[in-house]
Amino acid sequence: MTTTEYVAERPIAAVPRPEVVLHGLRERPRGWLEWLTTTDHKKIGILYLYSTFIFFLIGGVEALMMRLQLAVPTNTLLTPKAYNAVMTMHGTTMVFLFVVPVLAGFGNYFVPLMIGARDMAFPRLNALSFWLLFFGGIVFYVSVFFHPPTAGWTMYTPLTEEAFSPGGGVDAWIFLIHLTGLSSLVGAVNFVATIHNMRAKGMGWARMPLFVWSILIYSYLLILALPAVAAGVTMLLTDRHLDTGFFNPANGGDPLLWQHLFWFFGHPEVYIMVLPAFGMISEVIPVFSRKPIFGYKAIAASTAAIAFLGMLVWAHHMFTTPTATVVLAFFMLSSFTIGVPTGIKIFNWLATMWRGSLVFKTPLYFACGFLAQFVIGGISGIMLAVFPVDWQLHDTYFVVAHFHYTLFGGAIFGLFAGLYYWFPKMSGRLMNETLGKISFWLMFIGFNTTFLVQHAAGTSGMPRRIYTYYSTSGWEGYNLVSTIGAFILATGVLLTVINLIRSIKHGQKAGNDPWKANTLEWFTTSPPPENNFDVVPRIRSAEPMKDIRRDVAAGGRAAGSVAQPVAPGT
Amino acid sequence: MLAIGAVASVVGVAIALSIDWFPTRAAAKVNEIDTLYRVLLSVSVPIFVLVMTVAIYSVVKFRARPGDMSDGAPIHGSTRLEVIWVTIPFLLVTGLAIYGWVVLNDVEAKQQGETVVKVRGQQFTWHFQYPGPNGKTVDSDVLYLARDQPYKFEITTSDVIHSFWVPEFRLKQDAVPGQTTHVRITPDRVGTYAVVCAELCGLGHATMRNTVRVVEPNQFKAWLEQQARGAAATAGGGAAPGGGAAAGKQVFTSNGCGACHTLADAGTSGTTGPKLDDIAAAAAKFGKQRGLTAAKYVKQSIEDPTAFVVPGYPPVMPSFKGRVQGAELDALVEYLLSVSGGKGGSG
Repeated sequence: MTTTEYVAERPIAAVPRPEVVLHGLRERPRGWLEWLTTTDHKKIGILYLYSTFIFFLIGGVEALMMRLQLAVPTNTLLTPKAYNAVMTMHGTTMVFLFVVPVLAGFGNYFVPLMIGARDMAFPRLNALSFWLLFFGGIVFYVSVFFHPPTAGWTMYTPLTEEAFSPGGGVDAWIFLIHLTGLSSLVGAVNFVATIHNMRAKGMGWARMPLFVWSILIYSYLLILALPAVAAGVTMLLTDRHLDTGFFNPANGGDPLLWQHLFWFFGHPEVYIMVLPAFGMISEVIPVFSRKPIFGYKAIAASTAAIAFLGMLVWAHHMFTTPTATVVLAFFMLSSFTIGVPTGIKIFNWLATMWRGSLVFKTPLYFACGFLAQFVIGGISGIMLAVFPVDWQLHDTYFVVAHFHYTLFGGAIFGLFAGLYYWFPKMSGRLMNETLGKISFWLMFIGFNTTFLVQHAAGTSGMPRRIYTYYSTSGWEGYNLVSTIGAFILATGVLLTVINLIRSIKHGQKAGNDPWKANTLEWFTTSPPPENNFDVVPRIRSAEPMKDIRRDVAAGGRAAGSVAQPVAPGT
Repeated sequence: MLAIGAVASVVGVAIALSIDWFPTRAAAKVNEIDTLYRVLLSVSVPIFVLVMTVAIYSVVKFRARPGDMSDGAPIHGSTRLEVIWVTIPFLLVTGLAIYGWVVLNDVEAKQQGETVVKVRGQQFTWHFQYPGPNGKTVDSDVLYLARDQPYKFEITTSDVIHSFWVPEFRLKQDAVPGQTTHVRITPDRVGTYAVVCAELCGLGHATMRNTVRVVEPNQFKAWLEQQARGAAATAGGGAAPGGGAAAGKQVFTSNGCGACHTLADAGTSGTTGPKLDDIAAAAAKFGKQRGLTAAKYVKQSIEDPTAFVVPGYPPVMPSFKGRVQGAELDALVEYLLSVSGGKGGSG
């Protein structure tokens, strides 16, 4: 009697699952307490996703408030103080409380599943990193009730010194950086340990999913970049309260030191935010093109190259500060060079779609939107890196348009692709396709309406971070269009939120592998059981699920008809 | 597909170049920067169009028909293609970097016969100081410049970081506490423009704009001489009102109050904040409402401006607490009340 016959006779669901019997352990708490005390990477991932999406919505409302204020010239809807506060909170929220942690959320949920592990390397540390983030957000947002910070998310000194920004707002921001920074560091160490040590048998570096590659590089970047900003904000804190004078020229300090420390962290942060989105795109495009990823090694290597170069470009944020010309030249060249590995990714994604069999589900819509928008953001980035041009464009709406094209058009569209792609795995149900596509079109049209015109507003001289402008400026048209676009965009986002809430209860049942995907997370049930896998198959390529489907088909059973196929080779 | 892409690129570049992106050109070498920008556009647009053409072509051509369950071609990559799309972009960006470097050196080059103008940023205005006749200096809150005269601006700040920017001149330079930075500009077009602060500097950042007037060299000379005389006359005539008020006027001028406030006596015409020509009446009225004497009200408005803001004006004035204090503050209050018809040591 062969194994194949045995399996064919008995439905797999009837095979008893191997159980681990626990002794002397407390019963697992239920309900709320379970969520508060969980160390399961999937539950922590869900906590991350919910919390960060709530922060995303708050940050979005702040953006709409700014757009309303700027819709018409000399508007008095917001006071200058309120505008600056909302602007500061929008930037801080989106960077520190949404994009970076939401990627950690996806990473938490999917890295162990994709590498065939049963949890993260340090489950309790994992819980710690979520709760540090959560309380970082709370500490920051309570400042709304006394004195929110108003100096912009970059917090340039000396504007943020006690003399110019009294009150606790800047301090609340400093504690946010400390807490979320610790959260990211702890999380990054955990990812590194997990990815290095807990991959399934046979999953060498060249067989690791590209999303896992991007999370690994993301983690290394966090470990390298965060200490600089942690030191910076600590110095700011002591400057503010103990008069240490690190950034005060009257005490022999230098305000530019802050900018160096901030951007030494801040520019890698940009890649921290976008690399995992690249990773998601690298998962989504081959699956929905029904074709292997083109140039796997080139994409993985370009991720590492971007990270390396990303550490060497920080001073391009400081082209208008007094800096030696040769230094400027170095940073211009390094910023240019980063366009090369980014181009590699884009060309490889295109080549993946070429001669594919494109299945147009919502994730692929978002991936295509990402592609178009990120190319625009990349090109405007190259323009900003040419410093004679940057002297005109620096600190104008051109820059605002540029980084929204990379961060919203790039990172957020990428993670919406990831959300639609992985939602079935997390909830066991599919999201509504029609609603998803309408949401995509609204977001795509709204996004481009909002930000495309801001390039022109910037070149014609509109500085960023202004709470008002005059009717003689010639910017009224741009701003009105931009505000209308922002509301279309917000409607699109809202539709996805509605879709998500509806689909959790009422979505169509997804099954294990609704997309015929390539990676290991689709091997287990949707949602996965607490131990993820009863059996972890031996990995023989970068597309283990494709191998498994082939084996199962060869074994005489229809692909996808089994919950947990017996691992090949056992 | 290639033909469509090529046509679309040409159309795209034509559109991009036909748009007048920047404000008026009003300084020498601006052309070089604008040309550089146009070259960048001409390189970027075809790249974008190329990517989009391939993407859209794939989306249309390789879309799976309903019911089609087949896989795409099992292609895993091509080393030759990878080498091509690493090399070409690398050469392209290196070329652009060299071009940018050449333009930079030219724009920054020292000019013959430069005039040095000292620029000082302050929340939320700019001050300019010129070398006047007879080794004296001339102060102004309007940036007067002679056409075709090369200038070197030496930029400082008395509080936070600001950024000196005249969009029509294309150049931008930060004003950093503790340092003097510089930028070289040769204005070549007569007209009125604005010095804009480009770096967030506090609540009034949006209103930090001063006027730039580029005039013919002879007009500039006349203006400079008139200013030099005027300054002497003010200094001489300053003895007319009581000593305190004269000192107050000095405080008013040196702290840049006039950038935002109109005050006939000091010859200022700012409109961001309330007019101070009738501050005595306003101080009496609002002070009474708030239970303060006129002098206390004015003092509070300087030290804690947001405690009460005159209706119709934005609450953006920075606090001058610690910057104007003691006898200086008293003199300023006395001066303001006296020139606007209130009680004071007016003679």
